[in-house]
Amino acid sequence: MKEKIAFRDAQKECIDGQALRKYQLERLKETVGHALRTPFYQHRLNKVGIRSSDDIRSLKDLERIPFTTKDDLRESYPRGLLATDMKKVVRVHTSSGTTGIPTVIYHTQEDLDNWTELVVRSIVACGVTSDDVFQNMMTYGMFTGGLGLHYGAERLGALVIPSGSGNTKRQLQLMKDFRTTVVHATPSYMFHFSSKIGELGFTVEELNLKKAFLGAEPYSENTRKKIEEFFKIDVYNSYGLSEMNGPGVAFECIYKTGMHLWEDAYILEMIDPETKKNLGDDTQGELVLTTLCRQATPLLRYRTRDLTTVVKGNCPCGRTHRRISRIAGRTDDMLIISGVNVFPSQIEQVIMKIPEVGNNYQIYLAKEGALDKLTVKVELYSKLFSGDLQDLERLKRKIQDELRASIVITPMVELHEPGSLPEFELKAKRVVDERIKI
Amino acid sequence: MKITQISVFLENKKGRLFEATKALGDAGVDIKALTIAENEDFGVLRMVVDKPQDALAAFKKNGFVASLTDIVAVEVDDTPGGLARILAVFNKNDLNVEYMYAFVEKTADKAIVVFRFDDPDKAIVILTKNNVKIVGKKEIQTL
Repeated sequence: MKEKIAFRDAQKECIDGQALRKYQLERLKETVGHALRTPFYQHRLNKVGIRSSDDIRSLKDLERIPFTTKDDLRESYPRGLLATDMKKVVRVHTSSGTTGIPTVIYHTQEDLDNWTELVVRSIVACGVTSDDVFQNMMTYGMFTGGLGLHYGAERLGALVIPSGSGNTKRQLQLMKDFRTTVVHATPSYMFHFSSKIGELGFTVEELNLKKAFLGAEPYSENTRKKIEEFFKIDVYNSYGLSEMNGPGVAFECIYKTGMHLWEDAYILEMIDPETKKNLGDDTQGELVLTTLCRQATPLLRYRTRDLTTVVKGNCPCGRTHRRISRIAGRTDDMLIISGVNVFPSQIEQVIMKIPEVGNNYQIYLAKEGALDKLTVKVELYSKLFSGDLQDLERLKRKIQDELRASIVITPMVELHEPGSLPEFELKAKRVVDERIKI
Repeated sequence: MKITQISVFLENKKGRLFEATKALGDAGVDIKALTIAENEDFGVLRMVVDKPQDALAAFKKNGFVASLTDIVAVEVDDTPGGLARILAVFNKNDLNVEYMYAFVEKTADKAIVVFRFDDPDKAIVILTKNNVKIVGKKEIQTL
């Protein structure tokens, strides 16, 4: 191991089991107290006999609390899950939902500080220091990946280049000119980079890259190795979701044997997605998380829909926070396209609203080079065919624009003759994913 | 004196143009003029036929998306500058042509060209005033 083990706060990161549980109980009581201020949780918790934080006497009491789902978040939009005075809220992050209704997470200044601290802890675990130059090639804005890492790296004292995603040539120029040592990107973007670097007149040798944080979409150990070998860097896996702040929920350390999930900020549970029974370590299940240090939007037993496994045993780094393995899949039909979460139903909603096309559609995913390419195939509705090519071109653009407004990414749109796409009644595959697993 | 054009939407798929023309052939419909407008993944086949209603029925029966449009057919001198003389009339009168194509057959020494205008009735009035010969449905059928 060439890196040496570093901590942001060794005491918190290596806390022993008993002390952690004591701390978690304290935080859980406080979180339940916050949650009871929201109409949503007041109703939910009262139903199971929880009326104040005093009704939580042990961590075992957590099991009395019903799960919170993404649908609950949507139904509570916009303020049903807000637990503080709006005056104390300093930021909101929304993410697009399956039915067009977004989900919203509010943050107080303290929430943001806690989040940032978790990010600092995460990147320090990967050996990042204030001497590093950090180029953040993730999308900024509502997407939490960009801002989350940005503030963490800044607080640590690294030099931060907020380059955002896209514009490969400029990214390379920045990397070269500012001697970038650490990048944050999606794995497919790093692949794209590796295919373009020569063509754009750069070499790996003239760059100063040492590490990359890759996340926001699933990738394999093989992809990690390929990227590490190509750029001669260390690649670290990270896990986060906007409902739980964003990045910094779980992060690898220099040993790269699973991602430490920060258990002083989240209670980790694994359930069988069918029976909803709690599972032990080393068994694949759905990750369920409870926030422990969030005032504005506390979430109790949130079903992430992500499938993972708790890694058995202790990590050589000394951190006691348990590790989760790479995300193995989803328990719903959510697609991850270029790092963006898309539900097929979002696409369906848009298509249903356009009278010139029928209700039959197909979502086709493929790779164009290293990047994801989304094609939405629709059938032209006979009665509204004008006979004009220009009208068809306009229709295509209209569908494209409306899809972009809903799912953030711009798809290719194909018009087909009625009856040429597989029919819904025949349990057609609405989604054809031909992307090679990376 | 408008005539009817039939347009059919065609996916860019092997054999689709063949199937469209076969559907017409089986229905005993005679194609008088045709053109294809296309982009990379689909096209629109536009035709003047002797029996547009039969053609429409044949397309529907065979699962094609088709529609009828009014267009204007005009006689053009089949000599150098013939088409330009007609277009000069359009130009002078601010008649906007959306698209045009020519007939395969002709009458004596005249060629027939069809035009799609955004306002075909207005176009007919202007053309008649300018002594441009418009070809009617009957004449098309007997070509």
